[in-house]
Formats: sequence, structure tokens, C-alpha cells
Amino acid sequence: MTPFTYGVPEDDAAAVADIADASGTGAAEGTIKFIAGGTNLLDLMKENVLRPMRLIDVSRLPLDRIEDTPAGGLRLGALARNADTAYHPAVRERYPLLSSALLAGASPQLRNMATNGGNLLQRTRCVYFYDTGVPCNKREPGSGCPAIGGLSRQHAILGTSEHCIATHPSDMCVALAALDAVVHVRSTAGERAIPFADFHRLPGERPQDDTTLGAQELITHIELPDAARFAGHSAYIKLRDRASYAFALVSVAAALDLADDGTVRDVRVALGGVAHKPWRMPTAESMLIGSRPDAEAFARVADALLRDAQGQGDNDFKIPLARRAIVRALEVAAAGTVTNDGDNRPTTPTPGAPL
Amino acid sequence: MTAPATAHPPSTPSRHQLDFRVNGVSHSLQVESWVTLLDLLRERLDLTGTKKGCDQGQCGACTVLVDGKRINSCLTLAVMQQGREITTVEGLATGDALHPLQEAFIAHDAFQCGYCTPGQLCSAAGLINEGHARTEADVRELMSGNVCRCGAYPQIVQAVGEVLGVPRAGEGEGESRRRIVIGTVPA
Repeated sequence: MTPFTYGVPEDDAAAVADIADASGTGAAEGTIKFIAGGTNLLDLMKENVLRPMRLIDVSRLPLDRIEDTPAGGLRLGALARNADTAYHPAVRERYPLLSSALLAGASPQLRNMATNGGNLLQRTRCVYFYDTGVPCNKREPGSGCPAIGGLSRQHAILGTSEHCIATHPSDMCVALAALDAVVHVRSTAGERAIPFADFHRLPGERPQDDTTLGAQELITHIELPDAARFAGHSAYIKLRDRASYAFALVSVAAALDLADDGTVRDVRVALGGVAHKPWRMPTAESMLIGSRPDAEAFARVADALLRDAQGQGDNDFKIPLARRAIVRALEVAAAGTVTNDGDNRPTTPTPGAPL
Repeated sequence: MTAPATAHPPSTPSRHQLDFRVNGVSHSLQVESWVTLLDLLRERLDLTGTKKGCDQGQCGACTVLVDGKRINSCLTLAVMQQGREITTVEGLATGDALHPLQEAFIAHDAFQCGYCTPGQLCSAAGLINEGHARTEADVRELMSGNVCRCGAYPQIVQAVGEVLGVPRAGEGEGESRRRIVIGTVPA
């Protein structure tokens, strides 16, 4: 690793003051960074993809609590660890979709280290982004994208640009997108709240920007609105090259709210592994409302979600794979909830539901 | 082609005081900010039981316990461990009495070359502390952060499962009732 200075702020006000002060001394944007779990940042620093000149260690700030909100939701501290979040009783009971997505990601060691805020900010695992010997528009804007026409098996099928076809690697974020989370951030300029759909970006003309977070902003917490109506019918399905500990080729977060007559009252579907950000299409979801939760209706949603999908050659298989995964995830959700915590029995079986 | 020229070495050496305990022994050191916990353990404290496999958090050979929780020591900075209690494979035994996991690994022949074994043992110790594994399928899933190139996985799962007291595959009531859903994980 390239040498850097290191500081431990006393509180989050000191943390954002430190990054503002250090940035004010003429440092290039992005060369002063917060470190929390460090699992992705240190990896990128060893590979010379990132070479920060200062790290501000926020890992011990008291932003690690998981608390109820007055509106009936849950507030996840940005510095709560992924494992502590996944196994938290309130998350398991009220947001099983989030718990199962977290437990589908990384390894137990990494989940013990990685924080919720850091999970949102992890970088793509595109092999060209990681290889400083080749061009990459995300790493070095304007240098080119060898993934287009290159090894593109892991890459995006939706929302790509001529500059970048990278995917966002997170599982947690797919569930957060489905749950309409809100990201709360602060800087010396104040606090603001970013709806999850606006937090991650599509590559467009600026693939170097993964998110809309400012370089001097610190994520303080993630707010989940009440989602009790989905808790009995949710599933996170992740398809990958190994049974465990691998990034998604395609993943689907599906949640259903079923009326007493068995029809769909509300639905959420978010896709991972297919785009530069978790992929949702509310117009496709609304097609299901009022319908019977059956495979035909689910297939129509899948077709709508994937209408603009475009393969890159190596990853053409992702389009039919995603289509089937969407249908399966909705079928599993219709039948109950899969928790991914070793207790995979449906919690609220619905008469007549598939499976 | 090189990485973006956006960083410069700091003008003053970034050394920091680190006071922490490793296997019950207190250490007070001056450490450069860029030294990983793994390198500190191996190069400064001569605790070479913890292995450097990939140095990228992909293999688990560097697994140690920090305040009882398993982590990848290659992906954390030594200076971030101020006040922590670290346990490495050298700290698992009590004197000459091996840890039950070490006994079980020998009894089940749960290694061949042995390079991944210190990480497997520390990871299994962390797994036991976490208390989430109830079946062999859970053990398999929750040990997935530790790669074994020799392929001793069945024996590792047996050894860890024996110490945890989980039912063998097919024997447990919970195991046979389990509803496997493709694309989900059993833990």
C-alpha cells in the first residue's frame, strides 16, 4: 500500500470536519477517505486501484445502533456490521428480505467486518476496474472500457452506457432498493436524506461516479420504512457460480403483500447483478396489483423488467436467467418467506399459492 | 498504464501507538498506518501460524478472532485494533491441552497440506461463538469463507459439527424436514 496518514475522530462532527479540513489543503477529490470495515477499501488500495493520502477511521463512532423509528420503521446505523444487522431480531422479524440478502453476501468473516454504510459504497468487481494495467473509464475517466467486447460474463444487461458496463456487487443494496430505504448523510454543510433509488447511479457519461454521495459526506444511517405487510412473503434468490461466497450473476429481491382473497395488494421486485445499480421498475410492479399471484402474471412482470435488456455476448445468458429468477423469486415469496438463516420453512403459507 | 496520480506519500511518517493484547499477552508498539493486522502478527510478533493466502479476503487463511469475532486479518489495519483482544491459532490451546477443535481436526483427518488449517480453526471457533449453526448444512454455509485447496471439506465439516454437537447429515430431524429452495442459502 502507498503510505497515508491516519486519524481517529472523536465523533461524527469531528469526522466530517477532518475530511473538510484535509480536502481544503488542496488534496484532489477522493484522496481523503473514511475507513470503517475496510474490507473493500484496503483490497483496492493493495491493488493500487485507490491510493488515498489520508484515512479517517470512523469505525468506532457511535453510529452502530439499530433502532425503531417513530413511523414504525427501523433505523440502521451506518457503522452497524452486516452480521449484526442480519441477525438483529427486529431485522429478522420485520425485514426478513434484508436479513436474507445480507446472509447471501460475502463470508461470515467479511460480514463481521463490513459495515452497512460501507456495503452501499463498495465498488464493482469488474476485472478491468481492478487491473491497473488496462484502461477503465471508472478508474481513469476517458481511458476506455475493455469490458465491452472483452470478458463480460459478470457484466450488466440493463442501464449500460458506451463508457461502462460494470455491475454493482452488493446483495444488501438489492433488498434496500426493494424496501424503499432512505440514506441519511452529513457533512460540514449539514444533513440530507437520499431516497435509495437516487443513491446509486447509472454509468452514463460519468462511470467514475458510483453514487450521488458527495466526497465529503459521511453516511450516518439507513432508514427503512415500515414493511410489515411484506414480512410474510419475501425471498432473496441469488444465482452464482458457487453455492456460496461468490458475487451474484443474477439476484432477485421479491416481496408480496397479499390480500385476504389471495390477490396481490402490493409488490416489490429488485434485481442485482444486472446493472450499475439495484434495478427496479415500479411500472412493472404495478402490473401485478390486483392479479392472482401466479406464474403467468409473474412472467409478465419479468418480461416488462427485462424489455430493454441487452447482452454483451458473454453475458447473454443473464437475460433468460434473470427472467426465470424473477418468476421463481415471486413464486417463493407467494408461498411464504425464506429467511436464509437456517430455518427455511414458509412462515405464512398461502392456500393455493405455488410451491 | 498506472493508477491515477491522485495520491502522494505523506510528508511525515504516519506512526501510531498501538496497545492491544494477542493471545493474552499485552503489546505496546509503534506501527505505521499502512501495516495490516496480518503483517503485524507475522512480521513484528513472529506469530506465523496465521497464514497469508490471497491477501484479498478471498481464502480465509488469515482468519483470527478480534474480541471473539472472526475476521480476515489481511483486510484490517493494525492501527485499527487499539485496545482489542486478538486470538490467533497459537492462542487456541491451553498449555499442552489442544482446543477441542484441534483434537477434532486430528481425529477426523480434516487437513492434508495444513496451510488453511489455522484459518479454518479460528473460523470454526468464531462460528461456535456466533451460535447460528444448527445443522451440517449450516456449518458448510457458515464455513464458506475458508477455502481448502486439498478439498478436506467433508472432514472439516465433520470435525466442526462434532464439536458443535450438530446432527450428522440425514440423522437430524431438522435436517430431514428442511425445505431447500434453489438460490437461497441454508444459513
